[in-house]
Order: sequence, then structure tokens, then C-alpha cells
Amino acid sequence: MPRIPLLELAHARSGDKGDTANIGLIAYDPVDYPLILEQVTAERVKQHFGSLVQGAVERFELDNLCAVNFLLHGALDGGGTVSLMTDAQGKVFSTALLRMEIEVAEEVAMRVAGRGRHPGRGTGSAS
Amino acid sequence: MSIVRNLRSTRSTGTVRIASGQGFWGDDLDAPVRQVQGGRIDYLMLDYLAEVTMSIMRKQQLRDPAAGYARDFVPLMERIFGDCVERGIRVVTNAGGVNPAECARAVAEAGRRAGAGGRARIGVVTGDDLMDRLDDLIAAGHPLSHLESGEPLESVRSLVRSANVYLGARPIVEALGRGALIVVTGRSTDTALTYAPMVWELGWSWDAWDLLASGVVAGHINECGAQASGGNCSADWWEIPDLARVGFPIIEAGADGSFVVTKHPESGGVVTLRTVKEQLLYEMGDPTSYITPDVTADFTTIGLAPEGADRIRVHGIRGGPPTPFLKVSVAYAAGYKAVGTLVYAWPDAAAKARSAARILRERLDRLGLAFERVLVELVGWDATHGHLAGEPSPDLPEVQLRVGVRGPDRAAIERFTREIAPLVLTGPPAVTGFAGGRPRVQEIVAYWPALVDRTVVEPHLDVDVVEV
Repeated sequence: MPRIPLLELAHARSGDKGDTANIGLIAYDPVDYPLILEQVTAERVKQHFGSLVQGAVERFELDNLCAVNFLLHGALDGGGTVSLMTDAQGKVFSTALLRMEIEVAEEVAMRVAGRGRHPGRGTGSAS
Repeated sequence: MSIVRNLRSTRSTGTVRIASGQGFWGDDLDAPVRQVQGGRIDYLMLDYLAEVTMSIMRKQQLRDPAAGYARDFVPLMERIFGDCVERGIRVVTNAGGVNPAECARAVAEAGRRAGAGGRARIGVVTGDDLMDRLDDLIAAGHPLSHLESGEPLESVRSLVRSANVYLGARPIVEALGRGALIVVTGRSTDTALTYAPMVWELGWSWDAWDLLASGVVAGHINECGAQASGGNCSADWWEIPDLARVGFPIIEAGADGSFVVTKHPESGGVVTLRTVKEQLLYEMGDPTSYITPDVTADFTTIGLAPEGADRIRVHGIRGGPPTPFLKVSVAYAAGYKAVGTLVYAWPDAAAKARSAARILRERLDRLGLAFERVLVELVGWDATHGHLAGEPSPDLPEVQLRVGVRGPDRAAIERFTREIAPLVLTGPPAVTGFAGGRPRVQEIVAYWPALVDRTVVEPHLDVDVVEV
């Protein structure tokens, strides 16, 4: 089965609460939401981030928004003003998650392949 | 008095329009002016407080008893005071920080300079500041234990710099009811600044959980300014138009609790399902239980429906009663830190930077300096995605070496700041970017979240209404 990065299927925003980063992952198209539910589990996200997340990963589903919310505990070197990290507030953890690859059916890969999620490629224009 | 005529704004249309004008202290200074001038609004909410802002304000107040609030708010009000008075636009803000009374006094002066003397009232909400009550509270059996670690506050008591309870909408609603054109609070929740006007204007009762929960969702959408209207949106960001003149969000609320998220016509940015969803998920915990002082909202019940260009209807939200506790934000001194940087150029930029980091570590070890934590990042390679970035190519054009240290001993951190520049002549080649001088030693003021029984806070809340 083809593997594609989540970037092709979803957009995301992240933030912080103390030493915990949160990532809201949102399907571009509601038809892809079940695929996200099935494959982007808390276990897989924990595995994806590896040493970047010291504690547990929790997942909450928001079927109404075709979105899932992840809490990554112990991800921010103490968080807020304590943290030495460039991304002390977890602002770009969202993009690190969008790197994760999932397995999809051929037709899904075909459907999203031409969509283009970058400026100047696909439908976008770099202005 | 003429002010009383403006007590409620919604009567003619049945809706109230609450504009977001500031998402944090440091946000776009002109955004509130654009909100006032760009079309009809009834309320302007301005959020100035983040988790550690209160401790910064406390520090300023210790140097100057008349300081300790968001100073930006005063010149802003001077610019918009006339419009607010003329059009009955009411302003709700937590700009008061640790000193709401002084903030109100300065705003009243600004109002008189703007020709609004005798034409407006300012409501001042106090009672959130627990600093002077901490020992009494601890002695009375309120340990203010850390929400995550469970450690009692006693363990850092002598290091505490500020302690404030997050207040809900009730005192703001009281101030609006007493005719305040401007309501200045200390540590109110960000969301209350938006839903207090909804409660007041739409006549909601304090046990109408679904309506209050709707207000909280509206507040969550408004509280980060343009993050709901195209700013920082990851979905096809290059297609979002005219962020240079981005329109901040406006909540248009009706009595049934549903509301529309929109923005002024002819402003930049967009309001779409995508921008609203991203903001709804921002800083989210358990979405079924978004706890505020007034209501617990369930974000999994939110319905969204597009309703024309730049208009998203939000409906169907369910809520339940709040908890017996209020959240307390304590700030305490937690040691020191410093961050030093150098830039390495092609070829083998990353290898050079890593080599420099090893040399630096060895020197720090030889000096016998102990740190609680040392962090090495290569900006341009792994600073944001860590190991997910893989191994750097030898052809990477450049990389910034960024080394951070923290610990309890200020002298050790200070010594570290003198070890960066020497690497320029004593380490790997192709290094630059040190013109900024030695890194600065920063005192760490850390955040200690806790809960307190609401019954020990609520009797101390006070609303004062003063004439401009």
C-alpha cells in the first residue's frame, strides 16, 4: 500500500499547557477522517516523536470537527519560561506530526497526490 | 445621565457584535483601531495576559507603585475614546494586570484628554490577587498544590512573585450593569472578556449552561485575535489574502446561543471552517471538559456551518456546571538561564557546529560548572523537529549553533555566557554571527498552576465604578 505524509491529508495547530504540547490535527476532507482515526493512534504518535516526548501521549476525538487532539506530556523541557528549547511553547510540534506517514489505499494516494500542499506547487501560487 | 441610554446595545437588531482587538500583550497595536473604525461593533475585547505576564507586571509594580498593567492600553484608549463614547462601544479588557485601579486611573485621564470627561464610566474588577493572602490561605488548609506534580506551594513559598485567581464573567457583568463603558480587570479568564457581554446583552442566567458554554466557545475563538481569521493558519496558508491588513474576528451573537464568526468587510485574512477549527483546537486539553469559572463546555458538541463569505455559524454547544474550584496562576523564581548562539557556514556546517558544542561542553566541565540542564540545538536543522529531521547534509549552507543552560547558580550561568565568543578564534572554522555580544543571564520566573476552593475567593471580589 502507498504511504503518504499526513501533510497531504490534514492541517494542524499546536500550543502548550505547561510542559505539555497539544496538537489539533484536522482532516482537510471529512472522507479522510476515519483513516486518521484508524492510523494516527496515540501509540503511533508516541512512537513517531520518540525521545522528543518524555511522557505519555493522549488522544481525544472531535468527530464534529473531523479532528483529533493530542496531548504530548513532557515535551517542552519544563515548558514556558523554564524551557531552553527554541520551540518552548510547542508552536511547531504540529508540523512535526504532519511528517508522519500513513498507509492509504491507492485511490486515496491518487486523489491527494495532485492536490499540492505547498506554495508554487499544485493549486497554490507563491506570491 | 446620557450614559444610561447605552446600557444595552442589542435591542434594535437582537444580536450583539463583540470584536477581538488584541490576542496578547504585544499584538498588532492598530488592530483595535481597525475594529472600531471598520464597521459596526458593540464591544471590543482586549486580552493582554498570558501565563507569565502577571509576574512581569508585578516586577514593574515593585519598581513603580503606579505600574503593573498593560501600558499599551492607555494610548490605545486615547485614540478610540471619542468613537467609543459617541457610538456606545464598550471595551472589556484584562489590561489591569496586577494593578487594575492604576490602569483605570490612567485610562480616565486619557479619556479626559480625549474630551470624554463626564461622559463615561470605568468599571474596575479586583479580588483576583492572592499575593497578600497566601500565608493565611495555606494556614487555613488550602495547600495550592501544583496541578501536575501535586507538590504543595509551601515548598516554593519564599520564591513566589505573584499569585492570581482566574475570574469569570460575573464581576464584568456587574460592571456593565452599573453603566461602565470600559471594564478593566486583573486576571480574568481570556474567554470571559467575550462572554460577559453576551451574558449581559442577551440576558442569560447563570445556570443556562448551554448558553454559557456557547459564550465560552465564542471567547476561545476571539481570545487569540487573528489566529481565528487567517493568521498562523497551516491550511493552504499561501492562499490567505492580505494578512498585512488582517481583520480580527468578530462574534455576532444571538439570544439562542448560536453565533457567527466574521470580520469587517474589506479587511484582510479569511474566516473559514479551517481557520475556525484550527483556533478551536488551540491549547486544547480534554475537549469534552473545557473548565471555566462559570461553566464547563463540551467542545465535541460544537456545530459549524458556513453562512456566506467570511461567516461561519457556530451552534449546538452543550455545557454543564463549573467545578467548586477556581484556577490559580502562581509565578515563582526558579533559577537562571542563558542561551548563546553562533553561526557556522558551508561546507559541513552542522559538523562544525556539533564539534564546537563538544568543545564548549568540555570547557564547561573543566571549569567545574554544574547545570541542571544543557541543551544544544542546530537552528536550520534540528531545533524544531529534533531527530525527525534526520541527519544533516554536508551541503547544508549554514546552521546556527544554539546552546542553552539553566540552573540555580547565577554565577555558573554568568560564566557560561563568557565561553561562547572564545569559540570564534579557538574552535572550528567558518563561524560568524556573534556581533550581538555576550548572552544575557535571565532569571526564570516559572508558572505554578493550582486550584483553590472558590468560596475563599468570591467574597473578596469587588467592582468599583468610577467617572471619567
